[in-house]
Amino acid sequence: MRYSIFSLVRQAFAGHRGWDEAWRTPEPKKQYDVVIVGGGGHGLATAYYLAKNHGVSNVAVLEKGYIGGGNTGRNTTIVRSNYMLDDNAHFYEWSLKLWHQLSTDLNYNTMFSPRGVLNLAHTEGQRDQYFRRGNRMLLNGIDAEWMTREDIARFIPHLDCSDNPRFPILGGLMQRRGGTARHDAVAWGYARAASALGVDIIQNCEVQGFAREGNRVVAVETSRGRIGAGKVGIAVAGNSGRVAGMVGLKLPIETHVLQAFVSEPLKPMLDTVVTYGAGHFYMSQSDKGELVMGGDLDFYPSYAQKGNIPILEEAVAAGLQMFPILSRVRMMRHWGGVMDMTLDGSPIIAKTPIDNFYLNGGWCYGGFKATPASGWVFAHTIAHDAPHELNRAHTLERFETGHVIDDKGAGPVAQWH
Amino acid sequence: MQQFTCPYCGPRDQSEFTYGREATSVPALDASAAEWQRFVYERDNPAGPHAEWWHHNHGCRQWLEIVRDTLTHEVLAIRAARPPEDRG
Repeated sequence: MRYSIFSLVRQAFAGHRGWDEAWRTPEPKKQYDVVIVGGGGHGLATAYYLAKNHGVSNVAVLEKGYIGGGNTGRNTTIVRSNYMLDDNAHFYEWSLKLWHQLSTDLNYNTMFSPRGVLNLAHTEGQRDQYFRRGNRMLLNGIDAEWMTREDIARFIPHLDCSDNPRFPILGGLMQRRGGTARHDAVAWGYARAASALGVDIIQNCEVQGFAREGNRVVAVETSRGRIGAGKVGIAVAGNSGRVAGMVGLKLPIETHVLQAFVSEPLKPMLDTVVTYGAGHFYMSQSDKGELVMGGDLDFYPSYAQKGNIPILEEAVAAGLQMFPILSRVRMMRHWGGVMDMTLDGSPIIAKTPIDNFYLNGGWCYGGFKATPASGWVFAHTIAHDAPHELNRAHTLERFETGHVIDDKGAGPVAQWH
Repeated sequence: MQQFTCPYCGPRDQSEFTYGREATSVPALDASAAEWQRFVYERDNPAGPHAEWWHHNHGCRQWLEIVRDTLTHEVLAIRAARPPEDRG
């Protein structure tokens, strides 16, 4: 059923009893042309674009839990394309373009809100670095804008732009086309649109191994039986190492935990996304009024979806320096997600040494904003057995050949990216 | 906060320690580029017991080898990260 004002009015008069299930719940078939492991945003987007752009609809998406229950529902929903290096810039910019028309494309309200993403600068060195990144963004055709301290004080009245903080704000790099989206809606919207094109979404189906014949994977062993596969793509960020390990691949990835937290709902006070530059903290306000916040990784490998208190305290201290008005606000929820941290801070969307086995992972803590383009180029890579122009550089081999994509210039330490 | 029992300092807050990397053997100086590539970039990344090098940088500044469960954060073993022949 197509969602529209007319279907809404019709259902309103019919007591809302006629709505279909958003996606089908099929039994797994014996064989699929493509099996995607991981029913998060990336896996579902991949399945959707396989069917829509490449006419491959005999596709299954296997999800060990339920749709929207993994990292797709655990992030801080920020969408931006303010990258410096060309390979990342063009990829994320394509993603941002897809975000801007995603609700129409999926016929599902993803609540995308281009409210701007502002990175604050607190030192002259940082300001110069932001100028450099902003200029490179402009040269790549991406919007970037320098805001002075006075501009920012007018734009975010509650932000402390005085000389009082330990690290006063000098200015900031603004990307106005960035913003936030409703994370669950992205997973649900892609699931619904993919299902309508014939993709089977199979929940509560954990992958336990892969059956091999020579250098090919021929089937996926799951908690719901053996499922034959012409091609297999994995989109299981957080667990890429474990799943790739089932076919004997060792990845340049460490799994780390990242915390996020939300406050009690408040009246509207922040209509943009703002990040702290003298530490690590980012915040936006959800449509329900909660302040959505995040900070650093916990800085050690972990698969526990829980974080430690010192990192939380540090993030909150940075937040209070920016917004002293929040000193008596109570936290409502706090959680952790597991991140695929690559050794250069950029994702891997690529073919692997196994002929029909494709890898989409290593999203560090920026996977949400990449969802549409990630699905777009991964579907292309699987359908054509060759990378799309936008993920040609995001290979596994780049670590061997020295062509790493290190936007931050941090070197081969996972937790520094 | 979780505490690690440093072999030199006794129980200390985890925030005194900094994670380094997974504990593996270090390639010889004349090892091949491929060996160095594996050492620098490839990780076992298990969900479970994991041997790691940590630096007690806000304490005795010694490097330690800690076997820690990445699912539960439980510390299973902790010792100085010096070569075996050098351990007292």
